[in-house]
Amino acid sequence: MSEIESRGYVHSEALVSTEWVAGHLKDPGVRVVESNEDPLLYSSGHIPGAVEVDWTRDLNDPVRRDYLDRERFQALMRRLGIARDTTVVFYGDRNNWWATYAFWVFQLFGHDKARIMDGGRIKWLNEGRPLTREVPTYPESGYEAPERDDTRVRAFRDQVLRHVEEKRPLIDVRSPAEYTGERLHMPDYPNEGALRGGHIPGAANIPWARAVAEDGTFKSAEELRALYEKEAGLQPQDDVVVYCRIGERSSHTWFVLTHLLGYGRVRNYDGSWTEWGNLVGVPIER
Amino acid sequence: MPVPEKLTRMLDMLDMVTDRNERIQLLIDVANRFQEVPPRISRRPFPEETRVPACESEAYVFAEERPDGTLDFHFAVENPQGISAKAMAAILDQTLSGAPPEEVAQVPTDIVYRVFGRELSMGKSMGLMGMVGMVANLAKKRAGAMERQ
Repeated sequence: MSEIESRGYVHSEALVSTEWVAGHLKDPGVRVVESNEDPLLYSSGHIPGAVEVDWTRDLNDPVRRDYLDRERFQALMRRLGIARDTTVVFYGDRNNWWATYAFWVFQLFGHDKARIMDGGRIKWLNEGRPLTREVPTYPESGYEAPERDDTRVRAFRDQVLRHVEEKRPLIDVRSPAEYTGERLHMPDYPNEGALRGGHIPGAANIPWARAVAEDGTFKSAEELRALYEKEAGLQPQDDVVVYCRIGERSSHTWFVLTHLLGYGRVRNYDGSWTEWGNLVGVPIER
Repeated sequence: MPVPEKLTRMLDMLDMVTDRNERIQLLIDVANRFQEVPPRISRRPFPEETRVPACESEAYVFAEERPDGTLDFHFAVENPQGISAKAMAAILDQTLSGAPPEEVAQVPTDIVYRVFGRELSMGKSMGLMGMVGMVANLAKKRAGAMERQ
């Protein structure tokens, strides 16, 4: 049994170790993808053979507030040489925050052969594993993407409103100060601000990074259950909505609940607080 | 009030680098020139009042007065992956150290977008703007003290 398997996750295959990645650097069936918050990191050095998926340029619609559509996703996959049966391994900075975001967006197009490298970029570095500045190129693939499916893992505001009315569980993964509404004003940054502070009624506050151990790896299933089940009161059969400010931090919690704890119905509300905190007439709790 | 000349030149130069990859390489080179605050100014654990609010890379800003009354700016970045913070620190030191404090005090925080482009997360923007704002505040205090002298 591997160390990751010994942590008791329901779907431990969603995680791979740095050692596993090191052993598959030349595996044509595996594509390693780095996704970071810091735009300089990939170019300063990355895992040999890894390609970059940039969350602003590659994953978003260039005009509307939405994710890329089928054509753009297909073009991205083709450019990165990813086929429908390629195992895509994501890793990145900030405890894999942006890696899980990219992973989640890939799920909108049903790319199920996706993994997260446990511990992310920092673990790879701390283990003294090699980095390169050489940007690889791969032969273009013939990826045929399906239409984006927003029903499985994504929630929209009207669905969230019904969710609240039905008193179903939500997890707010922002900081306690954002959750209480104490921290609202985002100086000089109007694009991600909200007019009202607080949280969606009924939401429990479990900041996303609490799912991560000190070395950047995910906590064990037992520790995660203590957080989400004992503390927040969730049950695996629950219909759960997670949110943050724009849906990126909550994709990390979505990954934990869906893959590590095996919850069957978890959706990420990517409109999140920047939408809810600006909506007219919706209920807010402080 | 004009923006300090060296900063203007740096921003104008960056404006000319329109290719994203070229700009990233240039900023990485800048980050590699980052020098941490010397021990004669401060040592770990750095005082909380020198910490940049909202900077997730745990950056610290220090000012050292020169004989002519202007300031040298020093920085520490505790996050080993905080390469953008290091690039920002190196730019601020290179372009604002020794500049008239009343000009430094007026440097707008949104220069981070001219340096890095608009494709920054909110967390990253806030941290980088916090560094600029802290430098401007230190200069503002110094300019006020000079006026009173």
